[in-house]
Amino acid sequence: MATVIEIRNITKSYRRGSQSIVVLENLSLDIEEGAFLALMGPSGSGKSTLLNLLAGLDKADSGTIRVRGTDISLLSETGLAKWRAENVGFIFQFYNLVPVLTAFENVELPLILTNLSRKERREHVETALRLVNLEDRMDHYPGQLSGGQQQRVAIARAVVTDPTILVADEPTGDLDRRSAEDVLKLLERLSRDIGKTVVMVTHDPRAARKAGGIKYLEKGVLADAPETFIPECV
Amino acid sequence: MLLKLLFRNAFRHRLRTFLTVCGICVAILAFGLLRTVVSAWYAGVDASSATRLVTRNSISLIFPLPLSYKEKIRGVEGVKLVSLGNWFGGIYKEEKNFFANFAVETKSYLDMYPEFIIPDDQKQALLKERKGCVAGRKLAKRFGWKIGDPIVLRGTIFPGNWEFVLSAVYRGRDKTIDENQFFFHWDYLNETMKRVQPRRADQVGFYMVEMVSPDIAAGTSEAIDKLFKNSFAETLTETEKSFQMGFISLSQTILTVIELVSMVIIVIIMAVAANTMAMSVRERMSEYAVFKTLGFGGGYLTFLILGESMVITALGCGMGILLTYPAADAFSRAVGEFFPVFNIARETIYLDIAASAVIGAVAALFPVWRAVTVPIASGLGRIG
Repeated sequence: MATVIEIRNITKSYRRGSQSIVVLENLSLDIEEGAFLALMGPSGSGKSTLLNLLAGLDKADSGTIRVRGTDISLLSETGLAKWRAENVGFIFQFYNLVPVLTAFENVELPLILTNLSRKERREHVETALRLVNLEDRMDHYPGQLSGGQQQRVAIARAVVTDPTILVADEPTGDLDRRSAEDVLKLLERLSRDIGKTVVMVTHDPRAARKAGGIKYLEKGVLADAPETFIPECV
Repeated sequence: MLLKLLFRNAFRHRLRTFLTVCGICVAILAFGLLRTVVSAWYAGVDASSATRLVTRNSISLIFPLPLSYKEKIRGVEGVKLVSLGNWFGGIYKEEKNFFANFAVETKSYLDMYPEFIIPDDQKQALLKERKGCVAGRKLAKRFGWKIGDPIVLRGTIFPGNWEFVLSAVYRGRDKTIDENQFFFHWDYLNETMKRVQPRRADQVGFYMVEMVSPDIAAGTSEAIDKLFKNSFAETLTETEKSFQMGFISLSQTILTVIELVSMVIIVIIMAVAANTMAMSVRERMSEYAVFKTLGFGGGYLTFLILGESMVITALGCGMGILLTYPAADAFSRAVGEFFPVFNIARETIYLDIAASAVIGAVAALFPVWRAVTVPIASGLGRIG
């Protein structure tokens, strides 16, 4: 499999008052195309920061991140926004759907930035909602859907532009066990059947077990996972 | 779809939006009314003609001029017509029934004021009737006067009870014309004064002078005043507009205060609207961060936030403007004697709209800046 994400020697720190806190330190990582990778680690270990960096939401202090050969650390804010719109699908812990838009409209949102016609947009949205088995709920508002259904709408929104990578930050963190299972199966399917590269941050060992690979972060560097962390999958 | 989202966002917090819209509505209403009060103050100036001059005693308006000046003024080059009059200051039944009343040389005065429209038959009747008088349409309506009705005014400057017959009712050529005035024959006043107080006879309060062209106003004024230089009653001649402005300058401080208050109202409501927008955007910061995550740039966020602010202010402005009309009508009825012309000027509506646009834009300024500049990770509230 080809490497789709190439992270080399990235360092990221934040300022809290006069203090500088190093969140990621000289981290390198390769992620293959079509992989379903779980990022694990204790709170504050830098996993969400890593996710932000490889998704182009934030910039590293040093090092490079190449996604399909594009060094995203060199892109301007505008360039990065365009790159995100074309290459990255996001799935958040709390779904982050717009409450005043229907499921259909929420999924359609990223397509507004494309040149697709209204008809083409509709077709794309219907396909994405069919993929997550919610075509019959397209006119429902987020408040009328369960947590699991909202997360599936969020997944449909993430895949509707056919991005290169999907990043998921604790996608099952706010769901009951059954809904979480459904969401994880869906992510697994997207990786296995459609070939999407999925990078997921999670605290949940059960969720991580569904992933094809796990990377464990501790204090901003990749480390070996402790025994208590699903050893059979590491 | 973004337009749909913009409108839906505006009504997400219905109570908050409703209260803000109400606030803007009341502010625009107050602003519109105060501006109309200021305009009403200037009504006399606005209705002035550039071809008319007013000649009065240079010491003060309360000092009269001799009747003999009339022919001398008529002889000045560029003068087309001369009329004359006196402020009568009569009271109709009670002092609270105040209205402006003048003794004027009726024919020349009405010839000089084509903006007073009188039916021909009434005009002829007025000119024939020694005690005839003409009242504005609003004034006649206010007291229920009809043609032929006797009217008695109690004189203050010219003592006694003065009897008149309503011969004519005029209407203004447009809405800027005061329809609350009352005129009667100067000859009636003068003849009566000759009988009761002869030393006050043949004395004129002011001369109205019509010129052939407004371009010669300065020269004509100077020529008139030069005629009576070093006489026992020197004159001051000025354009009708300057003459009216002279009255307004006496209350300039009040007008300035009213204008300031109207501005303060806009500033206050600007703060209220800004607070509403700031609260809305703060609550939705993670949503805007999601928009940015999806690739939406600052322009889109500006459109959403500024648009929402504009929708709210436009609603308040629209309601405020609509309410200004009945409010101004009620206000006019309540204080009609002080503001005979109380019309909402088109400029006031434009100012209302401009003020609303400024409120909408300023209210959105800080929230837009916040939403556009906040880092996505901070907006999403997840670092670690």
